[in-house]
Amino acid sequence: MKERARIMDKAGLNRVLLRMAHEIVEKNKGTQDIAIVGICTRGAFLAQRLAALIGKVDGVTPPVGLLDITLYRDDLSSIAQQPVVHKTEIDFDISDKKVVLVDDVLYTGRTVRAALDEIIDFGRPQFIQLAVLVDRGHRELPIRADYVGKNIPTSPKETVEVRLEESEGRDEVVVLEKDA
Amino acid sequence: MDILIKNGHLIGAATVVDGAADILVKDGVIAEIGKGIPEGTQKVIDASGKIVLPGLVDMHVHLREPGREDKETVATGTKAAVKGGVTSVLAMPNTTPAMDSPERLRMLQEIVRKTASSHVFAAAAITKGRAGTELTDFAALKAEGAVAVTDDGSSVDDDGLMEEAFRLAKKCGLLVICHCEDKRLSQKGVMSLGLMSTELGLRGIPKEAEYRRVERDLRLAAGAGCPVHIAHVSCRESVDLIAAAKKRGEPVTAETAPHYLIFTDEALETYDPNFKMNPPLRTKADRDALRQAVRDGVIDAVASDHAPHTESEKDIEFDHAEFGVTGLETECASLVSEFIASDQMTWMELARLLSSAPAKILGIDKGRLEAGRCADIVIIDPAREWVVTKAAFASKSNNSSFLGRRLKGAVECTICAGKIAYTSKNISHKG
Amino acid sequence: MNMTRNPSWERKDLLGLKELSAGEITLILSTAESFKEVIGRPIKKVPALRGKTIVNLFYEPSTRTRISFEIAAKRLSADVINIATETSSVRKGETLIDTGRNIEALKVDMIVMRHSYSGAAVMLARHVGASVVNAGDGWHEHPTQALLDIFTLKEKLGHIEGVRVAIVGDIAHSRVARSNIWGLTKLGARVTVCAPPMLIPPCIGEMGVSVTHDIQEALAEADAVNVLRMQFERDSGDAFPQQLEYFKNFGITEERLKKAKKNIIVMHPGPINRGIEMSSEVADGANSVILEQVTNGIAVRMAVLFLVSQANESRKARRARPAKTEVHVPPDGSSAGGPSVGVSESQSVRDYTKRVSGLTGEPVSGQTS
Repeated sequence: MKERARIMDKAGLNRVLLRMAHEIVEKNKGTQDIAIVGICTRGAFLAQRLAALIGKVDGVTPPVGLLDITLYRDDLSSIAQQPVVHKTEIDFDISDKKVVLVDDVLYTGRTVRAALDEIIDFGRPQFIQLAVLVDRGHRELPIRADYVGKNIPTSPKETVEVRLEESEGRDEVVVLEKDA
Repeated sequence: MDILIKNGHLIGAATVVDGAADILVKDGVIAEIGKGIPEGTQKVIDASGKIVLPGLVDMHVHLREPGREDKETVATGTKAAVKGGVTSVLAMPNTTPAMDSPERLRMLQEIVRKTASSHVFAAAAITKGRAGTELTDFAALKAEGAVAVTDDGSSVDDDGLMEEAFRLAKKCGLLVICHCEDKRLSQKGVMSLGLMSTELGLRGIPKEAEYRRVERDLRLAAGAGCPVHIAHVSCRESVDLIAAAKKRGEPVTAETAPHYLIFTDEALETYDPNFKMNPPLRTKADRDALRQAVRDGVIDAVASDHAPHTESEKDIEFDHAEFGVTGLETECASLVSEFIASDQMTWMELARLLSSAPAKILGIDKGRLEAGRCADIVIIDPAREWVVTKAAFASKSNNSSFLGRRLKGAVECTICAGKIAYTSKNISHKG
Repeated sequence: MNMTRNPSWERKDLLGLKELSAGEITLILSTAESFKEVIGRPIKKVPALRGKTIVNLFYEPSTRTRISFEIAAKRLSADVINIATETSSVRKGETLIDTGRNIEALKVDMIVMRHSYSGAAVMLARHVGASVVNAGDGWHEHPTQALLDIFTLKEKLGHIEGVRVAIVGDIAHSRVARSNIWGLTKLGARVTVCAPPMLIPPCIGEMGVSVTHDIQEALAEADAVNVLRMQFERDSGDAFPQQLEYFKNFGITEERLKKAKKNIIVMHPGPINRGIEMSSEVADGANSVILEQVTNGIAVRMAVLFLVSQANESRKARRARPAKTEVHVPPDGSSAGGPSVGVSESQSVRDYTKRVSGLTGEPVSGQTS
């Protein structure tokens, strides 16, 4: 894999997240009943950051849950690599909440589909919105994000990698090209 | 048809020949051994690079006929024998019915005459029906051709009766072969008692079941002054007892089987019933003691204890699977791969263990390459490797411990009584 | 959240803990932690094994283990079929292999088997391509029971390494004891087994445990005691103690616990013979975690079913691609074709084979992928 472009640095990422926090508060007219749920693993870190930013914007920090969607994947029987099952941690009642689902990159939409199914198994929220840091296109399911940090049109030969301080030790978003 | 074996490396020849030599077979006997025997109209076998041994003598074989022809017959068992280089087998008497009367021995000999591919010698039962209660008529059995008596598969529990058996055998000049097992101690055991039986959760057979009976039989035989042969020795304690008896000058001989020299009870890890036999595979310490005993001559011979079983009796839950494995087709190659290939044994020693020693124990005129003798000859490629497969067995049964393994040393041609009884595609024949 | 990467799970079967590495056991335990969260949800079900069929093939009556496996399978959205076969005194193995193959012909993905003969699960795994999970075979192993015992211990104590565990009861005839010994010792626990001499199998010390015939000595230093069920109804003819005598000498009572560590954990695989292995007060007392074991059993079995299913699916997925495997058949003149031996698909069985291959050349592995 070789790096083709660096499209976000630490400052850029912070700006985008702050904007998204504002949008979430604005669209939902405050933070009443809002809950942020991040998809493991980077979506979970982003969810933490968004919740903190929302707290700064509106004074109230919404509860954060994290979701491991491994058991809901639709490709469990065809992947040759063993997925590792992590814990899902949603410590609040999801019923009647306004859930904002957070992930790093929106691509085929299959991960989001799995996440939607899993959230529903925890209860019946008022609605679910989707926030992603990067939308790189190539959807395979009718899924659309409500909040997008940045649209990055890519070819299927490329991948978008979000690197975060919590997991990689630095904040950046890069486009990688797969080796021929 | 006359056969000329050219340029083989001869082992166990009466006349010492250095380097490659020829053997001329005429009218079923060895006519000449020497260098540069001229080719004539005979069939010529090119044995260059091959080892030529006297036909092997397996003194512990279950041919199963009569009674369990679904497992093996005289025809298939002796085909397996010659495929393994064995030209003489001692058939164990635990058939159905048991070989406990002259009539039954005659019946077996009739089957042998009609169907056998190798020489078959018969052992008769010690007790009627091998029930351990009433002795058979040793003199009559001997007259009918029995070369030994044994209740193989069981031991005669009654000390008095066994003592009487040794006295009678001594009188008749019959060898007594002892299957040493005290069933009160082995009970329902299915493998050797020890760490492995504990780990596997299987009922164990203590070594005492074997060696205490060895001790008794050696004592009774010595008392009667009767030659005794201990079959399938599996543990160190038995070896020690036999060594001590030999030291005292008692007429004792003993055999073990290739599986006891090669495997240990750790092979049972897979619960593969092809490692279930009686006596059971023991520990590494026992295996090493057996190897040493073979080197020291405490154990005189190696025999296969060829015990064919059908798949439906063998490839089942370990507890229910029958005891025993086949061995005729692998015994020579297994010893070659295990010991000769690693220079732990010479071909001379192999020829002694598998041919001349058992012949001598049984008192049969086999086990030597010598002019004037019956032409029982086996030609072995010492280097060729082969894989043991079910499909290739001549035996009716497939229950071999060596299934799936690669062995070194392949029997290329077996000549029994001057006739080619088996040949592979890997040796060239002319004429 | 623990981000350290465990080794991946490659086995299509779970036959015992002896063959597992400490890493593999830890992977099952950590996966089970995730599943324990699942069974605490309002909707206690995930679609991970949707479309998979699991047969519970029980040759021995066992309500508890069977129900636990059934619930575990259903929580994973698998379809479950229960087959209970009365074990007659002589049940020929051909029937077992035939049964296994017939079940497989029904396109079943996993077989969970309980059998009264040691090695039955190993044999079944050798003959079928479906995953086999050993739910107890003879005196050999009961891996999921030991895993749930260890899971419970770890939950209570936070770690296993250095923990002292006493196993009390019929060690000789216990698959629970054997699996616990393997699992605990691999994870660094110190195990003592305690029973009357006739119930201690030979050479057990070589499995890395201490042996005592004195219950108080066994309890003295123990952080936990795992009390085995005594089966006095066995008809094997083996020597066996009298019930009352056993309770008198080995039963776990409050009095005996008073002399042990205060927080000693009392476990039992169930069902309990009250007044034989332990007194009712102990079974229901503060030290007992017996009911938690039952709950944890579901999480552990979910983890096992999920992992072996995943491994088998991965193998199939890999096999579907062009194989890169080298099949080495040496030149062989006289024998026809390659090895006709049924070469097992099972990783565990192959591991075994690897280990037992003697000096006589390695077993030839044929058409495996």
